Amino acid sequence: MGRTKNQPEGGQAPVVQRVRLRYAKRGPLRFTSHRDFARAIERAIHRAGVPIAFSQGFTPHPKISFASAAPTGVASEAEYLELGLRARVEPEALVKALDAALSPGLDVLDAVEAHAPGSLADRITASRWRVELPGVSDEQLAAAVAAFVAQGEVLVERMTKQGRRTFDTRDAVAAIEAVSSQTSPPGAVGAAPCAILDLVVRQVTPSVRPDDVLSGLRVVADLEPSAPHSLRSARATRLAQGTLTPQGEIVDPLEADRDPVAIGER
Amino acid sequence: MRGESVFPQLEQLLPLISKPIQYVGGELGAVVKPWESATVRWVLSYPDAYEVGLPNQGVQILYEVLNERADVLAERTYAVWPDLEKLMREHDVPQFTVDAHRAVGDFDLFGLSFSTELGYTNMLTELSLAKIPLIAADRDDSHPIVVAGGHAAFNPEPIADFIDAAVLGDGEEAVLEITDIVAAWKREGSPGGRDEILLRLARTESVYVPRFYDVDYLPDGRIQRVVPNRPGVPFRVHKRTTMDLDAWPYPKKPLVPLAETVHERFAVEIFRGCTRGCRFCQAGMITRPVRERSITTVAQMVHDGLEFSGFTEVGLLSLSSADHSEIGDICSGLADQYEGTNVSLSLPSTRVDAFNIDLAQELARNGRRTGLTFAPEGGSERIRKVINKMVTEEDLIRTVTTAYSNGWRQVKLYFMCGLPTETDEDVLQIARLAHNVIKSGRQATGSKDIRCTVSIGGFVPKPHTPFQWAAMERPEVIDARLKALKNEINSDRSLGRAIGFRYHDGEPSLIEGLLARGDRRVGAVIRKVWEEGGRFDGWSEHFSYRRWVDAAAEVLPGFGVDLDWFTTREREQAEVLPWDHLDSGLDKDWLWQDWQDALTEYEQDDCRWTPCFDCGVCPSMDTQIQIGPTGHKLLPITPVNTGLRVPAGA
Repeated sequence: MGRTKNQPEGGQAPVVQRVRLRYAKRGPLRFTSHRDFARAIERAIHRAGVPIAFSQGFTPHPKISFASAAPTGVASEAEYLELGLRARVEPEALVKALDAALSPGLDVLDAVEAHAPGSLADRITASRWRVELPGVSDEQLAAAVAAFVAQGEVLVERMTKQGRRTFDTRDAVAAIEAVSSQTSPPGAVGAAPCAILDLVVRQVTPSVRPDDVLSGLRVVADLEPSAPHSLRSARATRLAQGTLTPQGEIVDPLEADRDPVAIGER
Repeated sequence: MRGESVFPQLEQLLPLISKPIQYVGGELGAVVKPWESATVRWVLSYPDAYEVGLPNQGVQILYEVLNERADVLAERTYAVWPDLEKLMREHDVPQFTVDAHRAVGDFDLFGLSFSTELGYTNMLTELSLAKIPLIAADRDDSHPIVVAGGHAAFNPEPIADFIDAAVLGDGEEAVLEITDIVAAWKREGSPGGRDEILLRLARTESVYVPRFYDVDYLPDGRIQRVVPNRPGVPFRVHKRTTMDLDAWPYPKKPLVPLAETVHERFAVEIFRGCTRGCRFCQAGMITRPVRERSITTVAQMVHDGLEFSGFTEVGLLSLSSADHSEIGDICSGLADQYEGTNVSLSLPSTRVDAFNIDLAQELARNGRRTGLTFAPEGGSERIRKVINKMVTEEDLIRTVTTAYSNGWRQVKLYFMCGLPTETDEDVLQIARLAHNVIKSGRQATGSKDIRCTVSIGGFVPKPHTPFQWAAMERPEVIDARLKALKNEINSDRSLGRAIGFRYHDGEPSLIEGLLARGDRRVGAVIRKVWEEGGRFDGWSEHFSYRRWVDAAAEVLPGFGVDLDWFTTREREQAEVLPWDHLDSGLDKDWLWQDWQDALTEYEQDDCRWTPCFDCGVCPSMDTQIQIGPTGHKLLPITPVNTGLRVPAGA
């Protein structure tokens, strides 16, 4: 859309640098929703004195774009966003300034200047998740995983904004493994077991989330934690997201910008 | 162990409920101290949902004032929604603080701030989830001392059974004094237990301890007398007044939540108190005298608060912000300082006065134009004299027309319905006024693209006001008047289309009236309603009129009174009012005279620019009006962009 005659006079300063960041959502603050985080980062940008650029128009918005955000309640070590800046900054200083301006638990981990072509979203094809399942034993989980892998399709239901939807969870799962748990997680009640699931899920539409895979495990193997736990109190953490290689590894989407030459040669 | 975090238990429940972020804390400005580091531990609550309670200025100020003391820790708790309440009861998770997720029952003092009486049922939920006995007399030395504050504490009689103490007036110094008394008592080994500490607090004459007063009733249900039942307990308890607001520039570190809340801005109180003398306004009566914050302190607070919080919106708050003696310089000075930034400045609803348009113009210089709201409160000239809102129709038309001519497309007008002496005609006059506003606006701008919204609130007579003796109107009458008003507004279709109409039904106001002017007998109604499931009564989707009416019908006849007796009954001069032993500084004879003046439509001036009219506050409270001008100006500089703020040592 071009400028219309109703646009206010004068303009906002142009973007001179784009910086991409990786951040984490940890502990209690994993309950921060995406909307909540968007407000928090805007305020942190003001507090930290980041020279953020604004969009044009009557209600200018700061130039912040997010790559796929983890669901509310899911912790993450690998969330990504991009900032458009009206003055250049050192990415390292930006990490420190923004991290200090955010609540502990919302932690900025890494930043690079955008060089390589393609958006962050283009470079994200899969995520690795770790799911702690209080009240589930290692054996129970291993059996459920084996049953899940043996299926060609595992249909589950979830309420979405469009209503109840049924979709397959099996195809999106690139890797699934029950990891042996040695100790109970902090806060575990008594000596309750706590199995751990390691999961690589491809970015598909409709999206398949870790809790959908748990629903799938329930469908194929009746996986249910012992009371008082429920599958909904499982604790999921996104460990990585990025480009899934044929070898099954996930490449950090910031890598391409760190070494633009290498990208060009590829 | 006391002070232990209950988060591991709570965490299991959070994935099962809506908006879990409101229960996890983690706000900027939040303070978590080691339990053992403090001698005195406070938990503060605004008993409503987090989204409403968090922005509350009173709680934020006390939280910061208390936490600045090394030997004190203060945390916060809010009302939990019914989905979490149910799970907490099932899984035995106690009412918790959002700061360190400690059990509320572990603290020494539990302070609740009530700006509305409709929070009373939520207090009972919090007490019950905290496993603190609902009835104060049932508590022992292991339970926190439950202290009520806020405007509703000026008549805490309906909750007298549930609280241990109440503090009237400004809290900044009061909480520190209470802290010192509790600290000294604890250092002595808590001699005499709960009874002794409450007695020590009561003897200060500024902490009200209901259990030390007996209430006797006359055969007809009226109060005969309220008298202390212990030696050393004062006959009257006095309100607290913080003088010199420049010495108390709080909040310095406003709480910035992760969850969305009702006010997403940094609010600076530019003065406290108001002597405009609107007769319905409890806030204006109980916060006298006017005490201004100086222009330089206001500017410093705005600067520091924005830098700390990252908020981009600033509200310059008070009961009537345009009345600050240097409001013009404050607005233009701040507008200069923040020109070219993305900070927006706003004044809350303002007096009907063209001067306000100039102020709003200044504040809008930065691009974002906030809404304009005016409060004539009464539709007819006559009723405005009754309520002492000195605004003529000419003032209103001129002010609003100026706003339209200066580019505002929409203004809001606030009115009240159910005022003393009000007739159907007084209310219908609101329609005529709104029609004239639109007609003059169209004439002035030559455009049909202007609107106004008429917003109507129900009048509730409040203690310590000249209307404390007034009868409330019945809800059916209120609803009929509002319906007639709506028809009258739409009687001219061309004008009616440009007028929005918002109102509240009469029923919730009647219950607010019961709670506002109730006495100790109303406590049983509150408890009954709570037991029947009453929660979040300030929310229309949770409020049940039926539940209140039924509970009142069940409980009150046992005392020989009923709902009407408390609400639609006019009181006589000689009647002992439930709050007469609580001293707001206002002379009861002056209040009665002002009530008589209201009935004869006689207006009262403002003591800031006319001689003192002896309302009684300054001499009895040993206070005085503190207003400028100071003559200081803000330097016309724009804050320099200093680049990234990287923390030292990082």
